[in-house]
Amino acid sequence: MNSSFPWLSLLLVLPLAGAVATFFVTESAARWVALATTLADLFVALPLWWLFDPEASQMQFTEHVAWITTPPISYSLGLDGISLPLVLMTAGIMPLCVLASWNAITTSIRGFMAVLLVMETAMVGVFVALDFILFYVFWEAMLIPMYLLIGVWGGPNRLYAAIKFFLYTLAGSVLLLVAILVLYFYGGHTFDILALSQGTYPASLQIWLFLAFFAAFAVKVPMFPFHTWLPDAHVEAPTAGSVILASILLKMGTYGFLRFSLPMLPDASRDFTPLMVILSIIAIIYGAYMALAQVDLKKLIAYSSVSHMGFVTLGLFVLNQQGIEGAVLQMVNHGITTGGLFLCVGIIYERTHSRLIADNVGLAAPMPQYATLLVIFALSSLGLPGTNSFVGEFLVLVGTFLWSKMATACASLGIILAATYILWMIQRVVFGVPSPHHLPALKDLNHRELATLVPLVLLVFLIGLFPNPFVSRMHQSVTNTIASMSRAKVAPTAPPSAEGTAPMLADSGEQLKTQGPWR
Amino acid sequence: MTYEFIPLLPLAAFLILGLFGHWIKDNAHLVAVPAVLVSWALSLLVFFDVADGHQTSFPLYTWLTSGTLDIHVGFSIDRLTAVMLLLITTVSSLVHIYTIGYMRGDPGYARFFSYIALFTFSMLMLVMADNLLQLFVFWEAVGLCSYLLIGHWYEKPAACAAATKAFIVNRVGDFGFILGLLLVWYSFGSLDYQEIFPRAHESAGDLINVLGPFGGTWDVSVLTLICILLFTGAIGKSAQVPLHVWLPDAMEGPTPISALIHAATMVTAGVFMVARLAPLYNLSPTAMTVVAITGAITMVVGATIALTQTDIKRVVAYSTVSQLGYMVMACGLGAYASGMYHLLTHGAFKALLFLGCGSVIIALHHEQDMRRMGGLKNKLPVTYWTFVVGSLALAGFPLTSGFFSKDDLLISAWSSGSLGQILTVLGLVTALMTAFYSFRLVFVTFWGPSHVDPHHADHIHEPSKAMTIPLIVLAVLSIATGYLGIPEFLGPMFETGVGGAAHEGGAAIGIMAVATAMGLLGIAGAYYAYVVNPALPDRFARQWQSLYRASLNKWYVDEAYDRTIVRPTFFAATELWKRVDVNVVDGAVNGVARAIAWAGWLLRLMQSGQVQHYALGMALGVVVLVTMYLFL
Repeated sequence: MNSSFPWLSLLLVLPLAGAVATFFVTESAARWVALATTLADLFVALPLWWLFDPEASQMQFTEHVAWITTPPISYSLGLDGISLPLVLMTAGIMPLCVLASWNAITTSIRGFMAVLLVMETAMVGVFVALDFILFYVFWEAMLIPMYLLIGVWGGPNRLYAAIKFFLYTLAGSVLLLVAILVLYFYGGHTFDILALSQGTYPASLQIWLFLAFFAAFAVKVPMFPFHTWLPDAHVEAPTAGSVILASILLKMGTYGFLRFSLPMLPDASRDFTPLMVILSIIAIIYGAYMALAQVDLKKLIAYSSVSHMGFVTLGLFVLNQQGIEGAVLQMVNHGITTGGLFLCVGIIYERTHSRLIADNVGLAAPMPQYATLLVIFALSSLGLPGTNSFVGEFLVLVGTFLWSKMATACASLGIILAATYILWMIQRVVFGVPSPHHLPALKDLNHRELATLVPLVLLVFLIGLFPNPFVSRMHQSVTNTIASMSRAKVAPTAPPSAEGTAPMLADSGEQLKTQGPWR
Repeated sequence: MTYEFIPLLPLAAFLILGLFGHWIKDNAHLVAVPAVLVSWALSLLVFFDVADGHQTSFPLYTWLTSGTLDIHVGFSIDRLTAVMLLLITTVSSLVHIYTIGYMRGDPGYARFFSYIALFTFSMLMLVMADNLLQLFVFWEAVGLCSYLLIGHWYEKPAACAAATKAFIVNRVGDFGFILGLLLVWYSFGSLDYQEIFPRAHESAGDLINVLGPFGGTWDVSVLTLICILLFTGAIGKSAQVPLHVWLPDAMEGPTPISALIHAATMVTAGVFMVARLAPLYNLSPTAMTVVAITGAITMVVGATIALTQTDIKRVVAYSTVSQLGYMVMACGLGAYASGMYHLLTHGAFKALLFLGCGSVIIALHHEQDMRRMGGLKNKLPVTYWTFVVGSLALAGFPLTSGFFSKDDLLISAWSSGSLGQILTVLGLVTALMTAFYSFRLVFVTFWGPSHVDPHHADHIHEPSKAMTIPLIVLAVLSIATGYLGIPEFLGPMFETGVGGAAHEGGAAIGIMAVATAMGLLGIAGAYYAYVVNPALPDRFARQWQSLYRASLNKWYVDEAYDRTIVRPTFFAATELWKRVDVNVVDGAVNGVARAIAWAGWLLRLMQSGQVQHYALGMALGVVVLVTMYLFL
């Protein structure tokens, strides 16, 4: 299905144009340019929600332009029920990030805003790319602005955190590139993601490819034990950086698993399911335990992210409809809730210049609006029914239950632990008596700050109370993913064909391109 | 029909107060009270409608679909629901009115009203739910309201700690509940009551291997597992042993919510849930036994602790724990109608007792220790007389509602079988303790010489009409609910014939006589120990010091949890973070970086730029190659 209007290209080009524009205006006007650009991007993205056809099984809003002929790399974009919510979330989070940085960023504002906007293009690009090389370009392009966000506008220990983030994720990405190239040769000389998703690969090769993908995606998620870059990066990053990191960047890892590992490597995915489930459950419980020990608000939320993302990977790898839909919904939920929590931390940091729990106590009395919104995000974070996170976690648990009762019981322990670390945090930060030292600075939210938090709070309840419109848009795409996983298996012993470098015939790739259910 | 409006009106009140409470401030009751009163009137209509034999159940909207999972929000109205609706809206209305007086001048006046309106909405949705997930959602929502209201006075550290504790302890129960819920869906393919109940018979013999793909086999009866897991939730919500520890601490919250949430409605949700799922529980004798024994233990434990507490609200709180034990025990013995009957009468007289406590507390400027009370009888006559009525009902004094419901409960328990007969004996012993501690409370607080802080002693006066009228209404209800014929009304709901017919015959009269005697004996004992011979309790406490201490310190359950769970958890978390996460996991990452840097340094040594070094390297290489060629 080719729509007449290039919605997705517009989504990609707008922020880039905005980034260029920031260099032709004054420092303070750069904020307005960035805000206008991100809002414009949001208003381009929003109609897609209604234009999207939930019944269609193909990619929608597709665009296809040949880019390089040999090897055949193309600029092809498309959206399905899995990427739609993620693109919308990205477009929705970015204006909030600009607003959150309004006064917090004081040095080279133009550069900061430009970096944010470049970031937006790269992130949307990752979710809409249908060519593996194009995907990889966006994937890597994302690293540099994020590196700059942390390394230039970050906290005191920013260089260590920035380099750790960069090298850690880059190391994974290199293996991803190798895997992409291997797939190119085994999958019929194409970088077309949809065609590659229909290819069949020998089981032993799948295992190696799965591990290569895993290196890239598990670091990004981050899965236990590859999570230690996350608390460092969060603590040093400016508020907008933390929000982007938590809300969007982490989702790229789980998106990668869902878009590449599951459909391209179905046999390996099935083989690795027990391991992935165990790692997810460890992440859920271990992350929660770590959160319990923190005295720094950002570290607490960072570790809680490890725990929450454990639910996402758990849902993905139980390989059923409920689990995967719950995982996708949980990606969006985590973006909303954790994004909101990081925004809240940023707001209080601007007042007390401390992220330590001990310095920010008793906020309910001086800042009632702030306290209310913080409590709402916190309750969503602990998965209270009626909020968005409950729906996602519930679906993941339903999916997990179909796979193993014992695993579900273990994962459910995370629900108790989440309540413990979140309420323990609330008890200290919101309740109690504020320290007289900070009291003069504790002004309640201004209009700008309300504008950053209220949209997220509305989404918390909208998804919590009426999740069906959100989930029903995923049904068809998730069904496709699961259906494609059950396609014919190649015997594990199948040798590479005699041609050596090109084991699969070049034309078989062409055939696959045209007959897959997505096309 | 008007069903939707019953919960929606309190919800509207909540939304208005939540969004505009800032401006409404001290007029908050003008929004909340009318909303709840209309809900009450509608509930009354529904009650009569249902009494005429109407039953209905209808969906509102589809909440979530995914694969074969299909969940909607909907209502199911039958006799059980109707009774609960009436109880909730009645107590809630009275508590709303009482709050006008109790919370007057509180800076969080509007916030308080918004939360109790939200609570009322959630509780109504809980009992009207037509599926288990909706029940669970509002089960958690009432827990949230409880959390927010216990922590209403957030500057008080004890209140905040109690709020957190209540939520987390309930979460432990909910952990079981959600697993039970998943198992219901897994076994029946649905969460709707109407789908589950007819299919329950077919699965009666089914086994399930709970160990799953991790290997091993452990087959358990599906229904037993479901019932016990769901009951775990009830253990938390209805404060049964061993998760009862949160309820007494919850008394840190303002007294109106102790009456509404922690006596009359929310804590009975567990009992309601078991009664609602009677068709499942009936099929699992094992689960029923677990329920009955848990209830019986709670009944005894609660009463023994209530004997020695000195905080008036805590006496009533432990009494609530004990009375909830009675109800749960009745459900476990199959006497659901009796359990629900006691739930209803208890809702009236326990709300009365709490509101009476609140009245005393306000009169004494937030004094809660009964050792600093006494002699209030004449200064607070309305409070005193209504309190006496509530205590008589709690003690099971003849012709009060508590007399009828407790007798009905014990007689049904006795007729249910041999386990029931053992538990009935425990129930009779507990009845003695109940009468004793409730009149200990009356005598120490209202009789005898005054121990009130002389500072306040002179201006003790009866609170405003907003507070006394609810007391009077509840006092009337504490008598009247005994004459409404609730067991006959609810009886047909439940298949098992426990109760009803068994009420005739010698055993029934015998139990009634013993129970009444126990009640009177308890009252007389309290009179002797606290009025006639006030030195006796102290002497007794000294003589039986270890027992006294154990009761006073609530059997050291909190201390045990603190030592075995709370502190080890925090200790483990901190140690795990500092030692494992920072040193081992992150240490490995930094170690890899350092190893690479070191390898780079090593390799750099080779590029010295000096020709002699390279020549030496070549020569050594030649030697190695030649050696290999010669000898290998």
